[in-house]
Amino acid sequence: MSPEFVYVALLLGVLLVLAVPTGRYIAKVFSGERTPLTPLLRPIEKRFYSLLGIDENKEMSWKTYASALIAFNILSVIAVFLLQEAQGWLPLNPQGFGPVRWDTAVNTAISFVTNTNWQAYSGEQTMSYLTQMLGLTVQNFLSGAVGIAAAIAVIRGFIRKNTATIGNFWVDLTRSVLYLLLPLAIIWALVFASQGVVQTLGPYVAAQTPDSGEQLIAVGPTASQDAIKFLGTNGGGFFNVNSAHPFENPTPLTDSLQVLGMLLIAASLPFALGAMLKNRGQGRAIFASMMVLYLAGLGVALWSETNGNPLLDHLGVAGGINLEGKETRFGIVPTVLFAESTTVTSDGGVDGMHDSFLPLTGLVLLFNMAIGEVIFGGVGVGLIGMIFYAIMTMFIAGLMIGRTPELFGKKLEPSEMIMAVIGLLAPSVTLLLLATLAVVLPAGLFSLNNAGPHGLSEIIYAFASACGNNGSAFAGLNANTIFYNMTTALGMLVGRFATILPALAIAGSLAQKKIVPFSAATLPVAHPLFVVMLVGTVIIVGALTFFPVFVLGPILEHMLLGAGRTF
Amino acid sequence: MNKNEIIREAKTCVLLFALVCLLSLAFPFFVTFVAENTMPYQAHGSLIYINGTLVGSELIGQNFSSPGYFHSRPSAVDYNGSNSGGSNLGPTSAKLMEEVRQRVEKVRQENNLSANATVPADLVLASGSGLDPDISPASALLQVQRVAKVRGLSESKVKTLVEERIEGLQFGLFGQERVNVLKLNIALDELARGSKR
Repeated sequence: MSPEFVYVALLLGVLLVLAVPTGRYIAKVFSGERTPLTPLLRPIEKRFYSLLGIDENKEMSWKTYASALIAFNILSVIAVFLLQEAQGWLPLNPQGFGPVRWDTAVNTAISFVTNTNWQAYSGEQTMSYLTQMLGLTVQNFLSGAVGIAAAIAVIRGFIRKNTATIGNFWVDLTRSVLYLLLPLAIIWALVFASQGVVQTLGPYVAAQTPDSGEQLIAVGPTASQDAIKFLGTNGGGFFNVNSAHPFENPTPLTDSLQVLGMLLIAASLPFALGAMLKNRGQGRAIFASMMVLYLAGLGVALWSETNGNPLLDHLGVAGGINLEGKETRFGIVPTVLFAESTTVTSDGGVDGMHDSFLPLTGLVLLFNMAIGEVIFGGVGVGLIGMIFYAIMTMFIAGLMIGRTPELFGKKLEPSEMIMAVIGLLAPSVTLLLLATLAVVLPAGLFSLNNAGPHGLSEIIYAFASACGNNGSAFAGLNANTIFYNMTTALGMLVGRFATILPALAIAGSLAQKKIVPFSAATLPVAHPLFVVMLVGTVIIVGALTFFPVFVLGPILEHMLLGAGRTF
Repeated sequence: MNKNEIIREAKTCVLLFALVCLLSLAFPFFVTFVAENTMPYQAHGSLIYINGTLVGSELIGQNFSSPGYFHSRPSAVDYNGSNSGGSNLGPTSAKLMEEVRQRVEKVRQENNLSANATVPADLVLASGSGLDPDISPASALLQVQRVAKVRGLSESKVKTLVEERIEGLQFGLFGQERVNVLKLNIALDELARGSKR
């Protein structure tokens, strides 16, 4: 077996070994149980609450929880917007960048607050160090923490009975940052820095190169932003090309830690679910469903990309190897692994240019995002999305056997079904409507970088990324126009809040119900049959919704590539 | 919820936001402090100085186009160190194919290859960042003959120079074998200076 495949297997093995204990740790943190970090962090946490006047034992109804979450996000959007407009007058701006254009600033504020981190701007040409640190890095922590808090609230809906409350948003938010994101981010950032990820507040440096005159080299506080960009599945890079940039991802080791970082918390949450349900098998079943979908996508993408491009082969490129948009230090297999991981997790960081992938590789990435980022998914919201699919699965199964559907010991009734369908369909419908708008309006087509079916893929990718809160791009599309800044911002808002709000509503409704004891008529979750049905539901819903547009984009391009057509 | 409670929650919201901003701002400062003091070389950008002059960063590729230097990969942004970028051209792009055709031809001419010789992919396809510091060992070895001739050095010496600078897989498993172009060319300059003396 080639070392590249040993590498993939090793990385996923390490993920599994870390995800199980991390999941149990998360369950303990949010249940208020003692963890190894408690002696160190508990005093800080208590101090925090007393300073802010938070009563940590005061629980919230789902509506209060949701209101707090929304208020916090509105405040965040305003703060990040104002910071970008004021950066010219503020310190830590060695390159003297002026205010960010209003539409870009609105888009960026919404993008970072919704955990999308779609970047219409070029980092090293637009944002001051203060904006990167106080606006973007802070939101990388907070948006991740909001997602984790929401997922924990949903889990509480399943484990509680006959109560109107689902937890305290402020407490969940604080614990996510303090116990989970911050300790991991410090470790990740320092390892990154040791490998060469730049971390300085000094100005850009000018080098006298041996053969090509002066080169101005952008630097900045990158390692700190880089670490949380993966752990919080944000993906917002410091530099324009994100983790393809050698300062943001200098070695194969940092590359693998970035893949591990984005998968870690998202893959731990199913185990946290199992631990909190006191039924680890159910958590394992959700994890297994995600892993099956992940490996299937990875397999297709690797097969597609390692086959190479026949057009390049004809031109005399050895093996037709498609290294366009990829870095020498990574090569094909690690870049595909990164791309698969970043699109399933809604991270959106990239270590190569997705626009230049072969058509079927691009198809896999589109599918991962369009189904709603549920294969591991964004921290918290990925689990939520998968629970929507699980509700749908149980509903379909319930119809087939003529029983009231149940999930994790709770009866599912019309109100839960409605909310799950809203959560699944609102982002998809928004995606297709906005993409249609872009295809029929000159303002949409004007931004294209590629012609033919690949152009359609560029547009679909942009809105799949926005509505899935992913943030990666077929970056040839010039998205920094008023049209794309406004439409993708709308997509990001729908993608985020049409997931979280229905989920909290479900949590509120389930928490009030009693727990149904497991009986002979219960369809067991901790069973391979459930995994098969859940995976099937995800694929069928994805295929039914997006098959036509996928045929016109990547699949058509694949066929025309085989016929030697260029555009 | 009554009015007082709403006001109290709103106050919590603003205070929490402010406090978390402060704490999160402390994080990059903390990382900067630790990194600059324990690993100053990496923290400042792995910069290479020769006789006190900054000639570039080990990690940031730069343009080498003179025949006497080993050439870097094509760059969509012409190795602009403060505006990274890829071509973002897709696999059926006519523009990409035309560019590649020209580059392949140029590589064959410059290096005295036959008209139907295949060339390594990295030497004719642009990187993702536009700042790739590396080329594959095959791409470096292919340029040995040309570089040695222009520099008036023996081919075997230049070949040894390249072979000594091939970085293996990290931990024998991660990534690809590669050669850092800037470091190779600096070593080449030293070798040429040494042989003249």
